[in-house]
Amino acid sequence: MKASSKIVPQKISKADSMPKHFEASFANRFSKDENNQYIIAQQYIIEAITCLQIEDNFSILLDITAIDYLTCKHECPSRFALVYILRDTSFLQTVRIKTYLHDAKLEIQSISSLFAIANWAEREVWDQYGICFTNHPNLKRMLNHKEFIGHPLRKDYPITQGQFCTKTDDLMDEMIPKLENKGFTSHEDLMFLNLGPAHPASHGTIRTFCALEGETIISAVAEIGYLHRGFEKSCENHTYNQIIPYTDRLNYCSAILNNIAFAHTVEGMLGVSVPQRAQFIRVLIGELSRIIDHLVCLAANLVDMGALTNYWYLFNPREAVYDLLSKLTGARLTNSYMRIGGMAHDLYDGFNEDLQECIKQIQNGVADTLSLIEHNRIFHDRTQDVGVIKAEKALNLGLSGPNLRASGIAYDIRKTAPYYNYESFDFDIAIGSVGDVYDRMMVRFEEIRQSIRIINQAMKQIPQGPILVADNAISLPDKKDVYGNIEGLMNQFKLIYEGVKVPAMEYYNAIEGANGELGFYIISDGSGTPYKVKVRPPCFPAMAAYADIIEGGMIADAVLTLGSLNIVAGELDR
Amino acid sequence: MGEMAIVIETVIKAITVLAVVAGMAAFATYIERKVLAFMQRRLGPMHVGPHGILQLAADGIKLFTKEDIVPQNSIKPIFKIAPVIAPASAFTAMAAVPFFPEFTLFGYTVHPIIADINVGILFVMGVASVGMYAPLLAGMSSVNKWALLGAARTVIQLLSFEVVTGLSILAPLMMIGSLSLIDINDYQMGGVGSWLAWKQPLAFVLFMIAGFAETNRTPFDLIEVESEVVSGYATDYSGMRWGLFFVGEYANMITVSFLVSIIFLGGYNPIWFIPGGLAILLKISFFIFLFLWVRAAWPHVRPDQLMWLCWKVLMPLALLNILLTGIVLI
Repeated sequence: MKASSKIVPQKISKADSMPKHFEASFANRFSKDENNQYIIAQQYIIEAITCLQIEDNFSILLDITAIDYLTCKHECPSRFALVYILRDTSFLQTVRIKTYLHDAKLEIQSISSLFAIANWAEREVWDQYGICFTNHPNLKRMLNHKEFIGHPLRKDYPITQGQFCTKTDDLMDEMIPKLENKGFTSHEDLMFLNLGPAHPASHGTIRTFCALEGETIISAVAEIGYLHRGFEKSCENHTYNQIIPYTDRLNYCSAILNNIAFAHTVEGMLGVSVPQRAQFIRVLIGELSRIIDHLVCLAANLVDMGALTNYWYLFNPREAVYDLLSKLTGARLTNSYMRIGGMAHDLYDGFNEDLQECIKQIQNGVADTLSLIEHNRIFHDRTQDVGVIKAEKALNLGLSGPNLRASGIAYDIRKTAPYYNYESFDFDIAIGSVGDVYDRMMVRFEEIRQSIRIINQAMKQIPQGPILVADNAISLPDKKDVYGNIEGLMNQFKLIYEGVKVPAMEYYNAIEGANGELGFYIISDGSGTPYKVKVRPPCFPAMAAYADIIEGGMIADAVLTLGSLNIVAGELDR
Repeated sequence: MGEMAIVIETVIKAITVLAVVAGMAAFATYIERKVLAFMQRRLGPMHVGPHGILQLAADGIKLFTKEDIVPQNSIKPIFKIAPVIAPASAFTAMAAVPFFPEFTLFGYTVHPIIADINVGILFVMGVASVGMYAPLLAGMSSVNKWALLGAARTVIQLLSFEVVTGLSILAPLMMIGSLSLIDINDYQMGGVGSWLAWKQPLAFVLFMIAGFAETNRTPFDLIEVESEVVSGYATDYSGMRWGLFFVGEYANMITVSFLVSIIFLGGYNPIWFIPGGLAILLKISFFIFLFLWVRAAWPHVRPDQLMWLCWKVLMPLALLNILLTGIVLI
């Protein structure tokens, strides 16, 4: 293939960043472990993160998570460790700060005053691991029910131990301080209203508790977790390939991208990169998934606005894509198409024709919709200057993907840390200027066009070749070997029963998901089952910010803001 | 002709109007679904009868046989009576609407109007606005926050647009000098050129816009918009009680179409070779289609934008129109 000459071999990204100021001022107080993580003593954590944030420009907190080393095979300084994942404003460097917690007292200072997103992230860690954050404004459960006893991601919590919880959280413990901050001491003139979890516009099971004056939202509190099903706990009990069907259920609007993100991360741990053809197929199908994810988001948002016709204009092409995906993968919604080291099977004959037909339909649908709304005064009045997120705030909130780009920050992992030959494709990053609902919608429309550009280039350049890594320790053998000789049979047996053995390490990697940075932080102990998996769902920070954004607006605005942030309960609640 | 004959004639007319308009309202739901489906590239109802034509019968049976749920904490008498107000007021308003030109049946001249009162238009608008109580009472008696929000929206929307409707129609009435709809119709007897829409274009547009708001159609369908207030005042209603709101709404749509046709577009006067009866049917069909077309094409506004539109744009324009008409007439 001629085009393949352009292709640069893919780098397996390692956190090889150098936060200079931090290293200088903490010279003899940190150490680096074999996973390139900075180990810092617990008492310096605030100081260290402040230094990173202010002096080294690491002003994006990607995630906070904990690790329970109870059943770990090697010696550990203490049972629990906390990991902070940060990224700098050039988007090129990622650092991970790890701190071991004293066993006697599981307590650490909260960093919620430094990063807005830390508030929810720390609540989740408290919920799942029972680690207490001092000075946290409101340390309560996040994903699990408030009556839940114990901390499910601890290694000594049995996976089978279900609990029956019934009491509803009235959320007044959060609402009253918020109202008092705004000067409302009496609540007699306010109406309290639950927008969700079963509201027609909550698109899933998301609850927003509002205090209303007329229809103006004075104060709002969001509650999530209605769709929490313990994805991360399940991962600790399955082999790597068995986890792939679970990832389908994260962002179910673009299941393939979750497949890719997980498989890509595990391949990074294995130190392999999938063959060129597999990379191209991942780009093709991944971009197609991004398109349908955007179509869902846009269509739902327009329906919330009453522009019902656009729903069919956008969903009909999505239907065509689903037909294509079902032909290719055997399933429409939950595709489970990727495998560690490649994918289930190659493209079918005539795939290109079907793809071109899909693209034509998508282009027509997008053009029709835009012709209805682009110059529509009502549409402009409803979306412009509604749900504004300023660029600075968006970074602090930890937003990513189209939501961040709508605020005017050109951050796209496909550009800043290209994987799968994205550096060789000619495409643009769409950015907005204001960060309102209008920008978020228009950025998505433009990204659909850019994804089509990528697909067209990828389809032209796709090389022939294998679609699985040629390594018996990773890929399943051919069926003729399984049935034909004992080596093949044993190989198959070992891979199915024990899983792909991933070298022991702690690893974070992310790809550009449909609504932002979709990251996986995986800890392996060398066996075929991950020791810990933590997803960094792109809409988690958006949902954390949502309640504050809608304050001051009306119910109608809140509905549009929620839709435009593209909150998907599946990956939010895990 | 004795008094008895008049009573019988009126009763027959009333029953005919009730039956025909209720039928039209039901048929309008089918048309709406088909027209929207066509515009949205789908099929709409297809399974009951040829092209789903019997869907409305199926819907009717479903509505009548569904369990009648009255929420435990609602204010029951009001909750039960509220849905009746909607169609009742909508049909009563039609008493003063002349639907067709008069015609002769078996040598007997029929005036297709139930009551030719000399303040016809006042009567129609007055009675139609009583219909506002239906969603208002329904919303307040449901004891449901969404219903309450819907009721609040109803009051601000319908009450505000009453003003625009009234003011916009004032200017044409000044030219005609009568409140009887028959007189208004007769004023435009001179063919297409004599239509009031040409003489009062602003009033025509304002009345149309207000008509969309009064009948709760997109882009002003804020009263029961699903994505914001769940189902507004009708959140707790089901079965035929809910159906009655629906019938009232469609009857209102038909009334508004008749009013616009009679006041601004020459009513039931014959155009060229088209006889008057057919002419007005074509006109109201066009307006009903317009309602659907707008629904398919546009998103809806926000309540505060609706108020802005009403009080800061439409009402000043209506006043200006009256002023200009006054100056011209003097």
